[in-house]
Amino acid sequence: MSDLIGSDRSLSSETQETLATLVGTIIPASTAHGVPGADDPAIFADLMASAGSVLEFLEEAMRGFAACAPTFSSASEAERLAAAEAFRAAEPEAMGLILSLISQAYYRDPRVLEALGTPARPPFPEGYEVPAGDWSLLDPVKARGPIWRET
Amino acid sequence: MAEEPVDVLIIGAGAAGAAMAWSLAETKMRIVCFEQGDWMNPADYPSTGLDWEARAMGDYSFSPNRRRASADYPINDDDSPIKIANFNGVGGGTVMYAGHYPRFHPSDFRVASLDGVGDDWPIDYDTLAPYYDENDRVMGVSGLEGDPAYPPKASLLPPLPLGRAGETVARGFNARGWHWWPSDSAIATAPYDGRDQCINLGACLSGCAQGAKASTDITYWPHAIRAGVELRTRCRVREITVGDNDMANGVIYYDAEGRERFQAAEVVVLASNGIGTPRILLNSTSNQFPNGLANRNDLVGRNLMFHPYASISGVFAEPQDGSQGPVDCLWSQEFYETDLSRGFVRGYTYEMTRGRGAVHTALAGMATGRIPFGAGHHDAYRALHNRITGMVAICEDLPELHNRVTIDPVLKDPDGIPAPKISYTLSQNSRDMLAHAVARATEVLQAAGALEVTSEAPLTVGGWHLMGTARMGTDPEHSVVNEWGRSHDVKNLFVIDGSLFVTSAGVNPTRTIQALALYVADQMKQRLANLFD
Repeated sequence: MSDLIGSDRSLSSETQETLATLVGTIIPASTAHGVPGADDPAIFADLMASAGSVLEFLEEAMRGFAACAPTFSSASEAERLAAAEAFRAAEPEAMGLILSLISQAYYRDPRVLEALGTPARPPFPEGYEVPAGDWSLLDPVKARGPIWRET
Repeated sequence: MAEEPVDVLIIGAGAAGAAMAWSLAETKMRIVCFEQGDWMNPADYPSTGLDWEARAMGDYSFSPNRRRASADYPINDDDSPIKIANFNGVGGGTVMYAGHYPRFHPSDFRVASLDGVGDDWPIDYDTLAPYYDENDRVMGVSGLEGDPAYPPKASLLPPLPLGRAGETVARGFNARGWHWWPSDSAIATAPYDGRDQCINLGACLSGCAQGAKASTDITYWPHAIRAGVELRTRCRVREITVGDNDMANGVIYYDAEGRERFQAAEVVVLASNGIGTPRILLNSTSNQFPNGLANRNDLVGRNLMFHPYASISGVFAEPQDGSQGPVDCLWSQEFYETDLSRGFVRGYTYEMTRGRGAVHTALAGMATGRIPFGAGHHDAYRALHNRITGMVAICEDLPELHNRVTIDPVLKDPDGIPAPKISYTLSQNSRDMLAHAVARATEVLQAAGALEVTSEAPLTVGGWHLMGTARMGTDPEHSVVNEWGRSHDVKNLFVIDGSLFVTSAGVNPTRTIQALALYVADQMKQRLANLFD
């Protein structure tokens, strides 16, 4: 069991709303692919739940984002995308943290995994089938003979 | 508080400590092993949950500075382009290694004679060969006999599956006319010694819930404990103490409650890896050894070697394996032996890396801009999902005195023990080797049909292999321990981990670390009557 230091603290509701809008801008829902956006309530709740150990850094990142994009919440979609890109360019480490949290929460959501054709289950205990492969591919390597260095 | 003296105290329950404990058990001496971490619980390994990739970056990160578990100690690696990876718990680094399990080659023990660099080892391949075989039997090694890059050696279990990704990479090597071979692996491909076979979980680097990967908590340790060895967890050694006769007489350590204790011992064996071992020695100062134990020649902590890694990945149009299957399955040693026309001395191994999970695909894709923000995310992501495979190059690092472990003047672990500080620079030879490895791997992946190839060299997070910091040798002026692992300065002190290495070779070190531990144990058993002479 992990003994990392956790916390019951969370972001303010206003900051959470901004973050939800930001993550939904980065990964929006797609009807064509049949997937929710990263601002989907279940996915966002998972993101927030897993942010506990880095909450201090996330708060700092969001303060930086608010300073970089003060009108983000009322901006158009194109303006939001531009703001997200500008923040990535200005604060790559802060955006890196946000992207890490988005990736972790979004790409373990069962709806997203199923849409990708990936089993929405943990690897263990079922595991996976992997083909043994074509061992005749070794024939030219065998034909070449030893290459190790005599001493 | 003092405790009953023991005959042999081993510090560290990882790859080396486990092998040593198992081998010495037959002597019926009182053998105790101290481990600063806990026993592992495979039911808690990340692959048992949907959040397995996230946990591999968190509480199962291979970086102690990121993991920050209470069993860990911090490491100041700010002054190194390669960051330290380790694990503290029963099994040590074998809990988190990939199980990629090559042996050294005969030439690896004679680099000074053959290539005029580094130093020759005081032992050779033939000396170690029977101990490689013995270790293979306990760990259970899969592979395919007949590798042209090695002298003949047996394989106990069938090779890992190539899968789609392995076939892709193999075709690339064949197109270039270069060597490749199924990797020797410490992953059981059939039931072996009470362990079940691999079921392709893919999360090898954060503990094998199936128990197919040979971590020493499930290989050596059950046998050693049944034979009478005592393993005490949550015991963190601060220092080794010495008497007036320059002999070690025990260790001061902290127990699970943080209480300072003393354990007397007739023999002390260090198996705490290439960082942890010099840390303990350098923290063990006394009137006789003011600069650290066994350090009269100022070599403890010096000659630190990693394997500088390059990571090279290709994106393919056809689906590969993604994260399903063992991380590796084949290697290439086409560029292993010295060819000065390449612009560097010595060489490297390619270790195939099968693919990426869904989270890592997204994270790497977005971080590099390959996956855009907004509506384009999904199509771009799908062009990468299960379509990436490639390899890492494991480059031989040569010993240099200025690459070293010292004691950080400020940083301390949770028990207040001073932490290690790493000072390391990448040599020009390593830079040239990395550039060569990236270029040749790019050719392989392009020949295999890669649409695009990306690389990172050196791999910043790749400080997995920690070697050279208490090197073995026959000359007390130029080595810390003798040719069978005993300290030149302290005749009842032994070192058996990667610290022993004289040179690093260009392969993963665990199999050689374990063979060395068995070799040292055997030397001790042969000399029990006059071990301290």
